[in-house]
Amino acid sequence: MRALAALFRRELRLSNRAGGGGAMGVVFFLILVTITPFAIGPDLNLLARIGPAILWIAALLSTLLGLDRLFMSDHEDGSLDLLEMSDAPMELVVLVKCLAHWAVTGLPLVVATPLFGLMLALEGDALWGVAASLAAGTPALTFIGAIGAALTVSLRRGGLLMAILVLPFTVPVLIFGVSAASAASGGTVPFLTPFLILCALSLGSMALAPFAAAAALRSGD
Amino acid sequence: MLKYANPTYFLRLTAAVLPWLWGAAGLTLGLGLYMTFAVAPADYQQGETVRIMYIHVPAAWLSMFAYTVMTLSALGTLVWRHPLADASQQAAAPLGAGFTFICLVTGSLWGKPMWGTWWVWDARLTSVLVLFLIYLGLIALWNTIEEPLKAARAAAILTLVGVVNIPIIKFSVDWWNTLHQPASVLRMGGPAIHPTMLWPLLVMALGASLLFVCLHLMAIRNEILRRRLRRLSYLAAEAADHGLEPPVEAGA
Repeated sequence: MRALAALFRRELRLSNRAGGGGAMGVVFFLILVTITPFAIGPDLNLLARIGPAILWIAALLSTLLGLDRLFMSDHEDGSLDLLEMSDAPMELVVLVKCLAHWAVTGLPLVVATPLFGLMLALEGDALWGVAASLAAGTPALTFIGAIGAALTVSLRRGGLLMAILVLPFTVPVLIFGVSAASAASGGTVPFLTPFLILCALSLGSMALAPFAAAAALRSGD
Repeated sequence: MLKYANPTYFLRLTAAVLPWLWGAAGLTLGLGLYMTFAVAPADYQQGETVRIMYIHVPAAWLSMFAYTVMTLSALGTLVWRHPLADASQQAAAPLGAGFTFICLVTGSLWGKPMWGTWWVWDARLTSVLVLFLIYLGLIALWNTIEEPLKAARAAAILTLVGVVNIPIIKFSVDWWNTLHQPASVLRMGGPAIHPTMLWPLLVMALGASLLFVCLHLMAIRNEILRRRLRRLSYLAAEAADHGLEPPVEAGA
């Protein structure tokens, strides 16, 4: 347990130091939100309607962008081998690494969402709806993505392959995330129904994905 | 069982069986196509376009069957580490992608006259499209990882993760009430389709399955041979390497 806590702290520290690039995800998120109105025009009514979807796609892509760092740098400098040899089971190591990764990449997105939502003309309930749905849904993206990151860890240019492998599996998260976010701003579906399914997806992927990712990491050597 | 799993025995057995299987597949498909175009009646509502069904439905079944074969092989890879299971996984992926593609294309061609659109974001269509994307991802994974053993294990893990999609495809028409019609052959209470249309469909499904089995077995054979060739070329390169090296003792 202490080893896992130490690992968690190590991940947080590494991501804040030079070469960690923890803040890059938020900047990418901001850029995606910024360029969308250029592509579809600055019509505020339209932006308010599709705002939750834009924020969700931006969150999905910026989560994906950060995922290749999840195991890659540890694989390169050999610390992944040390983690594998340690007493802690690989599944728990993956779980802790994912949680730490979410804390430095997913959580800032959630915090930034209300601000970026304002730029997309979202108001009150919609704003909090998107933020809540992202808070509940981005852990699922990280955990599903961890499988792809583990499968492609030993490949020199695995980034694009990882996106191809991971994105099909994020479809359910996206569906229920956007429907929860849209339900918050009014609609026929009550907010809680898709939101609870979203929570279930996150918890389910948190329970199952570490096994797949750990198996993938072991099969890599 | 172990005896059949020996690659050499497998090669010999399939060499003997394959001509018969090809013959059976050809006959069944020929009979099925004859029934499709000459025997089966046109639908009172859909007219002649209903004949698309005899291609579309077997392709859809096989797109899921191929994934099931791949899943069982993936278990074989992860649990028993059997090379034949690796080859079977690798061989099934492009075949599954092909049948899924046929299913999507014929469905689209059928949708245009019936629903008035080439494509809708219906639950069944979307989940089959996701299946197609998973197949493409698996093929990309096979192509990217150079070493066959590593590639097999990576693909097996991804295949097992992707299994969640199969029940979603099967039950998507029951869970979400959308444009695609619900199951009418494999359902509780017997098929809801007239025998004059059911028989051609079943014959076509059998023919397509036989075709899949033939192609799958041939692809496994090719993969086994390709791996032997790879191994032999390594050995040859190694031998050549040693042959070219100046003997160390000679100078000493």
